[in-house]
Amino acid sequence: MVKYILNRLLVSLITAWVLVTIVFFLVRLLPGDPFLSEKVTPEIKANMMRYYGLDKPIHIQYVTFLQNLLKGDFGYSLRYKNRTVNEVIKQAFPYSADLGIRAVIFATIAGVTLGIIAALNRNRTWDYLAMFIAIVGVSVPSFVIGPLLQYVFATKLNLLPVSQWKGFSYTIMPTFALSLGSLALMARLMRASMLDVVNQDFIKTAKAKGLSPFQIIWKHQVRNAILPVITVLGPVTATLLTGTFVVEQIFAIPGLGKFYVLGIQNLDYSLVLGMTTFYGLFLIAANFVVDIIYGLIDPRIRIAK
Amino acid sequence: MERLLEVKDLQVSFKTYAGEVKAVRGVSFHVDRGETVAVVGESGCGKSVTMQAIMRLIPMPPGVIKNGTIIFDGKDITKLSEKEMEHIRGSEISMVFQDPMTSLNPTMKVGAQIAEGLIKHQKMHPSKAREKAIEMLKLVGIPNAEKRVDQYPHEFSGGMRQRAMIAIALACNPKLLIADEPTTALDVTIQAQILDLMRDLQKKLNTAIIIITHNLGVVANLAQRVLVMYAGKIIERGSLDEIFYNPRHPYTWGLLMSVPTPELDKNKRLASIDGTPPDLFAPPVGCAFAARCEYAMRICYEKYPEDFPVSDGHSAACWLLHPMAPKVKPPVGKGVTL
Repeated sequence: MVKYILNRLLVSLITAWVLVTIVFFLVRLLPGDPFLSEKVTPEIKANMMRYYGLDKPIHIQYVTFLQNLLKGDFGYSLRYKNRTVNEVIKQAFPYSADLGIRAVIFATIAGVTLGIIAALNRNRTWDYLAMFIAIVGVSVPSFVIGPLLQYVFATKLNLLPVSQWKGFSYTIMPTFALSLGSLALMARLMRASMLDVVNQDFIKTAKAKGLSPFQIIWKHQVRNAILPVITVLGPVTATLLTGTFVVEQIFAIPGLGKFYVLGIQNLDYSLVLGMTTFYGLFLIAANFVVDIIYGLIDPRIRIAK
Repeated sequence: MERLLEVKDLQVSFKTYAGEVKAVRGVSFHVDRGETVAVVGESGCGKSVTMQAIMRLIPMPPGVIKNGTIIFDGKDITKLSEKEMEHIRGSEISMVFQDPMTSLNPTMKVGAQIAEGLIKHQKMHPSKAREKAIEMLKLVGIPNAEKRVDQYPHEFSGGMRQRAMIAIALACNPKLLIADEPTTALDVTIQAQILDLMRDLQKKLNTAIIIITHNLGVVANLAQRVLVMYAGKIIERGSLDEIFYNPRHPYTWGLLMSVPTPELDKNKRLASIDGTPPDLFAPPVGCAFAARCEYAMRICYEKYPEDFPVSDGHSAACWLLHPMAPKVKPPVGKGVTL
């Protein structure tokens, strides 16, 4: 197990380095420069370029960037005067993370439950109902479901606050809107996996042992069926944590989304780089954790190289 | 000897879109305490379905037990509720399946899989069940059982997994063990080990065994009595010696002749039974084997033969045994070298 973890860790570090490097050069490839939109004279612009070190050769910039990165320093934002990228992230990320994690947890629990219910009632009403929800979830995007929820639950029924992020009741609709797609994906996956496992020989063995249907389902069927769901947990976490932009806009949540979009529009090199690196490392870490969980649940993975 | 299991006129069908498959068409037999009965026959003759019916493991639907009684230890299994059945499965009747590679749960420690039944049926404390699991692993000849008990099935070889399956099956000391082709998926040398193991354990625990197989070598090794099945019916039954040395049904002759022997001439083809078994969607009215039988007479196609007794405990369902039938000299019978 230790060897497995070290192995995964090494792969994660290499992935992180490749990601950082590619993003660094890609941002520079975009036409224009960070000070394009400001009406400044060429002299001032050159001064600013010098101030931020953007006049140096690109490989020197890259080395400096990497050195700072190792210290955990993403540098100053080029647009938000006197604010470091670290500060921006520190201020906005907790909102995005809060929303994202809520969505991951909700999508996983509800998706798996829905999948199990559907599989156990195969081709009966509950199955059709669950799969209908799943299809709606996959096909309706969050920018449709979000305003719809606001209209029904906030405007018409007055049950929930329409927007912002000030307490539990504020989190319900954004979480639901964000997680619906992933919830649907997991429900379908879990259902298919459950139906696959139920035909395996070891289920027959479990039945021949005299176990109750409940024991067979929980100890033998679900545990084996959940493996594919855990595999997608990494990508799903990725989607949900990075995919908060739209939902944040709809529900006016002060998360990272706004900064990201503006950063790209303004060619704010350090902001875009910093946030991409941050998100990238975050996702790599998430995948790393999922790999370890996977190894814990399925002992066969541990020895597979 | 005391009766443990008495199956009477068991009929099992599967309802499919294409129609009703009559997989088992009126099977009657019995098993006494502590004896070993072998059920032989080719694939699809209803051996496994019969045995799964005894454990009520047939998926229903599409399966239906259409008729018959299964009296086990004084109780009619066909009439028990699903809850009552749970207390019989694994505790009084156990089953070992064909493929040990897929019959164990890959995500659960072997010891835990053995302990499960003990915790359920004997209300054993988990730590005590673990000790018993180690004991069972030792009993089925797995070395280093203290370490093995915490390993997963993928860390076991095929033979060891089948040993573990036997340990699971015997953990609660059942009265009847049904082994559904327990050696088919194993190497020949491992097959012999598993058979030895089953024989030893039977002596130790006095468990009755029904062994399903199409390997007559296995039969000769293990069984005291043999049931020969064909197209959902038992066509001949008798003691091991009677079936091997005095078989009476042409299908049994065919089975015995198709066993490869060491003396077999290189230039001679291995004997086989020509043709294929009948379609169980619409089984024939007469003897199901008639179409493939070189001794078939007109009556064979028209009427199903009753069980003609040959001697005490030996009978065959074949018109050749009718007093008015022509005398046929069996092509086998002096015993087959296995």
